[in-house]
Amino acid sequence: MAILSKEEAQAILKKTLSFSKADECEVSLGGSEGGNIRYARNAVSTAGEISTMGLAVSSTFGKKTGSATINEFDDASLEKVVRRAEELARLAPENPEYVSVMEPQTYRESIAFVPATAAINPDARAEMVLKSLQVAKEAKLEAAGFLENSNSFRAIMNSKGLFAYNKDTDISFSVTTRNEAGTGSGYVEQSFNDVKKLDTLAQTRIASGKATRSATAKAIEPGKYTVILEPLAAKDMLENLVRGFDARSADEGRSFMSKKGGGTRLGEQLFNEQVNIYSDPFHPELPGATWSGDGRPQEKTVWVDKGVVKNLSYTRFWAQKQNVKAIPPARQVIMEGGTASLEELIKGTEKGILVTRFWYIRSVDPQTLLLTGLTRDGTFYIENGKIMFPIKNFRFNESPIIMLNNVEALGKAQRSGNMIVPPMKIRDFTFSSLSDAV
Amino acid sequence: MKRRDFIYLSGIGIGASMLQSVPGFGRDISMEEALIPIDPALKKRLADVALNAARSKGATYADVRIGRYLNQVVATREKRVQGIANTESYGVGIRVLANGSWGFAATNIVTLDEIAKTAQKAVAVAKANSKIQGTSVQLAPQKGYGEVSWKTPIVKNAFEVPVGEKIDLLMASNAAAMAGGASFVNSAIFAVNEQKYFASTDGSYIDQDIHRIFPNFTVTKIDKASGKFFTRKSLSAPMGMGYEYMEPRAASKVSGIVTRYKDRYDILEDIKAATVETEQKFKAKSVEPGKYDLVLDPSNLFLTIHESVGHPTELDRVLGYEANYAGTSFLTLDKWESKKFNFGSKLVNITGDKTEQGSLGAVGFDDEGVKCKRWDIIKDGTLVNYQATRDQAHIIGLEESQGCSYAQGWNDVQFQRMPNVSLQPGKAKLSVDDMIKDVEKGIYIIGDGSYSIDQQRYNFQFGGQTFYEISNGKITGMLNDVAYQSNTQEFWNSCTAICDESDYRLGGTFNDGKGQPSQSSAVSHGSSTSRFNGVNVINTARKI
Repeated sequence: MAILSKEEAQAILKKTLSFSKADECEVSLGGSEGGNIRYARNAVSTAGEISTMGLAVSSTFGKKTGSATINEFDDASLEKVVRRAEELARLAPENPEYVSVMEPQTYRESIAFVPATAAINPDARAEMVLKSLQVAKEAKLEAAGFLENSNSFRAIMNSKGLFAYNKDTDISFSVTTRNEAGTGSGYVEQSFNDVKKLDTLAQTRIASGKATRSATAKAIEPGKYTVILEPLAAKDMLENLVRGFDARSADEGRSFMSKKGGGTRLGEQLFNEQVNIYSDPFHPELPGATWSGDGRPQEKTVWVDKGVVKNLSYTRFWAQKQNVKAIPPARQVIMEGGTASLEELIKGTEKGILVTRFWYIRSVDPQTLLLTGLTRDGTFYIENGKIMFPIKNFRFNESPIIMLNNVEALGKAQRSGNMIVPPMKIRDFTFSSLSDAV
Repeated sequence: MKRRDFIYLSGIGIGASMLQSVPGFGRDISMEEALIPIDPALKKRLADVALNAARSKGATYADVRIGRYLNQVVATREKRVQGIANTESYGVGIRVLANGSWGFAATNIVTLDEIAKTAQKAVAVAKANSKIQGTSVQLAPQKGYGEVSWKTPIVKNAFEVPVGEKIDLLMASNAAAMAGGASFVNSAIFAVNEQKYFASTDGSYIDQDIHRIFPNFTVTKIDKASGKFFTRKSLSAPMGMGYEYMEPRAASKVSGIVTRYKDRYDILEDIKAATVETEQKFKAKSVEPGKYDLVLDPSNLFLTIHESVGHPTELDRVLGYEANYAGTSFLTLDKWESKKFNFGSKLVNITGDKTEQGSLGAVGFDDEGVKCKRWDIIKDGTLVNYQATRDQAHIIGLEESQGCSYAQGWNDVQFQRMPNVSLQPGKAKLSVDDMIKDVEKGIYIIGDGSYSIDQQRYNFQFGGQTFYEISNGKITGMLNDVAYQSNTQEFWNSCTAICDESDYRLGGTFNDGKGQPSQSSAVSHGSSTSRFNGVNVINTARKI
């Protein structure tokens, strides 16, 4: 029941809208099914299967909106939820920022659903986890990991006739491997729409290699270093940057995108010219939803071109007020890279530090987007193009804006979580103190 | 309240339709419905069905939680209500031990049939897990309490206060900020009511009614000419209280350079002060990096306690169960076994506690039916204990659990979560003014800001809301761009003074995250203003 076809979803939405007496009405329907396995100390600790489906109605009289949800789908329940939304709308305060629901739109068919992933059952999950455990045990390491998959759909319809439907699949896997003495730790994390791309055995081998090689780390002085950020580390920094490409906070003067004297820094060269960032729901390695939550089509959008910020995202209200196109926030973000492999980036580095991933990143100053956090699960010193020895973890204080100005080279981009990012060679990355954590 | 929901709802883009897209947040519910409790006799009948079904399928132990979780949020910015949501989540979670392994299953269909089926499913999961389980689960003994109940001692149920009254208060607060020169203001009131019924094969039937509240705001002031902006967040704390927390009381105020609050909050007074302080930040000087003696207000220190004491003393982290997510801990078992691990200075006494009135962790019984208590974690500076559940107690030689089991909802499995972890006040009489008089070169920090700590809890960095320079025993002005960095053991050993109990206050969080899939829990941390000598302070200003 949890995954409805386009036609099934459309029928429920149409039925729901037929009960509406409001000026405007918007109905959304979504469901997901999937499961997970968690393991630690080389044994399974918890496992679960989850299936949910729900319907939400938003009714508006004038500028007064009320919303209600339900998880039963017979006609009486559908009518009840519409009546309740309408009752709440009559009681609600007027929303001066209300924007009328959208006219019908045309969307391309999403490519985010992969049948093989939708077919995963508990046995398949156990099999994938067993492979991971096997690698850890052979390497005499302790593994703790998490494997989770889900299939989901979402559909919306409004009183102006707009209808949109998407479905997708997702599988994500992460594992931490540690040696018995607690002196070495490695980690990998991957997400795909297509389960066939996930190899838990090969991935756990990468994590195990890092755990073994990162033992007996030496302390080196904190300071400014050339770093090579693996895609996982680079992604953590980029996520924080892309979230800030929001027009309203920039216009209001409370963002790193705000300009001295008023206005925004749209069109300014904020980064090194090697930096190109776009979003695209049809990228074959990172397919996603073809419309945003409120029904706006998700189109390929360039956010940064040769270091120049080209677009900011808008709510429909803010776009109307500023009289610009209402570009929805970036999803399925891709930062373009070069052709070099990670190994080639290392080979071309005289002195530097290789960072596997970051941890506990928090904003320190929203004006400059200064972030702090720590390296984790494999940090290595590079000299004359070679990894020389593992080093103790560092705390960094760095802004992704400064970081993307200091780009020396970019490697081949790959999917990391829900972004595609290249490994990056960055000069003058600021490490401010040492950590004893492994 | 689940972490992702809170983060979502705390965001500035809140709107009615967006609230509905929050999955797990529950269904909308009318005020009238929310105030009708579920009959305990019915819950007992439902619980017995689950326990009997589990036993008949071979469970050696079973517990059932029938949970009804109510959440309300009223969120505003400037003159506008951004969203009002009233939601309910109701269902049953059943946990069993079979073949020495845990199994868990949950359902939102609260009928006798469905509950029996769910109990059977939980047993099947336990049996499947037992095939790959290393050693059998060992449960600390727990006596049954029979039919008992517990309720947060609230004066005024926040769910009975009309939404209109909450909107009026927030609008008046926003208006005060705007009149004082703020450029923007966001404010909100969150209210939580967990109605939890727990029953187990040990013979307990426990009915609990738990309340929490969290008012908060952020004032923002912008200077377009310079492109600079500053903010100041509220000095309120999330509390295990009813709406009485929103009713100001002189005896609950702590006066000083800014008024701070104990068990009653004054949002109007705080927002006016915040607006003035936000303006002052434009004229404050940027801190000179270096070593300073820090005087930390409880509104700042609570978060440092949470991250550097609360987390590393969680026994599941120590054992490696959180290695892939929240991390492990530097407080390994050998340090505890030695009985002489010098965690902090002799002044440092830190307790685990689930009983303190007004705290977020206070309940009568935890989520596996253990009566709540208080115990020492750090005694005279030495590590003496951890935080444990029934299946962990034997690992640290305990005869019974410390009552640290919690699940964020009926459909989440309970596991070890942090109790209130609090720094005990100094025994000798000491006021904040007297503490500051002795400081030659220091910084007085109020409110919590940026926070980050490594996965084993050694190296941390914390910010704050307002920073005051102390020179030769006097506060000489405000500072900007301050963050302090330290190592947990060095930091707690640099603690040279703790104010007496008259200054003791609670801080806390609604959203402590742990586990995969992640679960959120609410926890308080009490302390009096404390002094830490020679802590490294960095300057966080950058040019972009």
